[in-house]
Amino acid sequence: MKIGVVTFPGTLDDVDAQRAVRIGGNEAVALWHGDHDLQGVDAVVLPGGFSYGDYLRCGAISRFSPVMTEVVAAAEKGMPVLGICNGFQILCESHLLPGALIRNDHRKFVCRDQVLRIENNRTAWTSAYAENQEITVVLKNGEGSYVADEATLEMLEGEGRVVARYLEVNPNGSLRDIAGITNERGNVVGLMPHPEHAIEELCGPGTEGLGFFTSLVESTFA
Amino acid sequence: MARVVVDVMLKPEILDPQGKAVQGALPRLGFDGVLDVRQGKRFELEVEGEVTAERLAEIEKIAETLLANPVIEDFTVHVEDAS
Repeated sequence: MKIGVVTFPGTLDDVDAQRAVRIGGNEAVALWHGDHDLQGVDAVVLPGGFSYGDYLRCGAISRFSPVMTEVVAAAEKGMPVLGICNGFQILCESHLLPGALIRNDHRKFVCRDQVLRIENNRTAWTSAYAENQEITVVLKNGEGSYVADEATLEMLEGEGRVVARYLEVNPNGSLRDIAGITNERGNVVGLMPHPEHAIEELCGPGTEGLGFFTSLVESTFA
Repeated sequence: MARVVVDVMLKPEILDPQGKAVQGALPRLGFDGVLDVRQGKRFELEVEGEVTAERLAEIEKIAETLLANPVIEDFTVHVEDAS
């Protein structure tokens, strides 16, 4: 499959995400924020970083970039979209996912190996994992605290839309230890930690992030 | 030309770590009696001509679309006196 990886001005993790896509067995296609078409990709990754310098709010400016108009339209038709870190923030600002991400409650940037539980393995991006599988990937964020009103949190829990939850420690104050969520359809996933930094034994905490990049193939051939 | 001001504040129920940091600094600097600090944003929009009801409605739209994220923030719009 062809998976597009969007680069915005200020994106940091696009090259790592492209590499993870390739190691996951797919073709990576570089997409630019100013593009008006998605070059025929089957899925899109919005990688981490500080798009548009995090000006105004994280993801607030990126949401209105030309490529996002296309991504939002494609996501609404069912195209798999994965937003990692800043990408998660962009998905929330775009209203593809509910809630928002605010500054960490302890006010410090956090960078650590983080244990997660994959609670929903029925999304386009998590089908390679077993339900409730525990994985360790990299977490690095300054504004990663997931917030939403009680009704939204109840809806997410009730519909099984919490994709990943922090285990052992809540690193940023996210409500209900939420690390990642999905939309109603399960094609759009937002995740604060970085699976693309945990795909090879050489560096990072292992290879348990790779499932996010092999799931698409598995769900296609399942 | 007129100036329209949009004030954006985090909703009361949303934690404001920056406000908390400022509040925490005050006693260390010898300022007592401040019970809480919330930090917001102020946007000053210079607009062409008179501020009509239509113009104001448009600025409300700007605030709701871009300047504020209504999921976590409230905003107010007011026209500033020419003086």
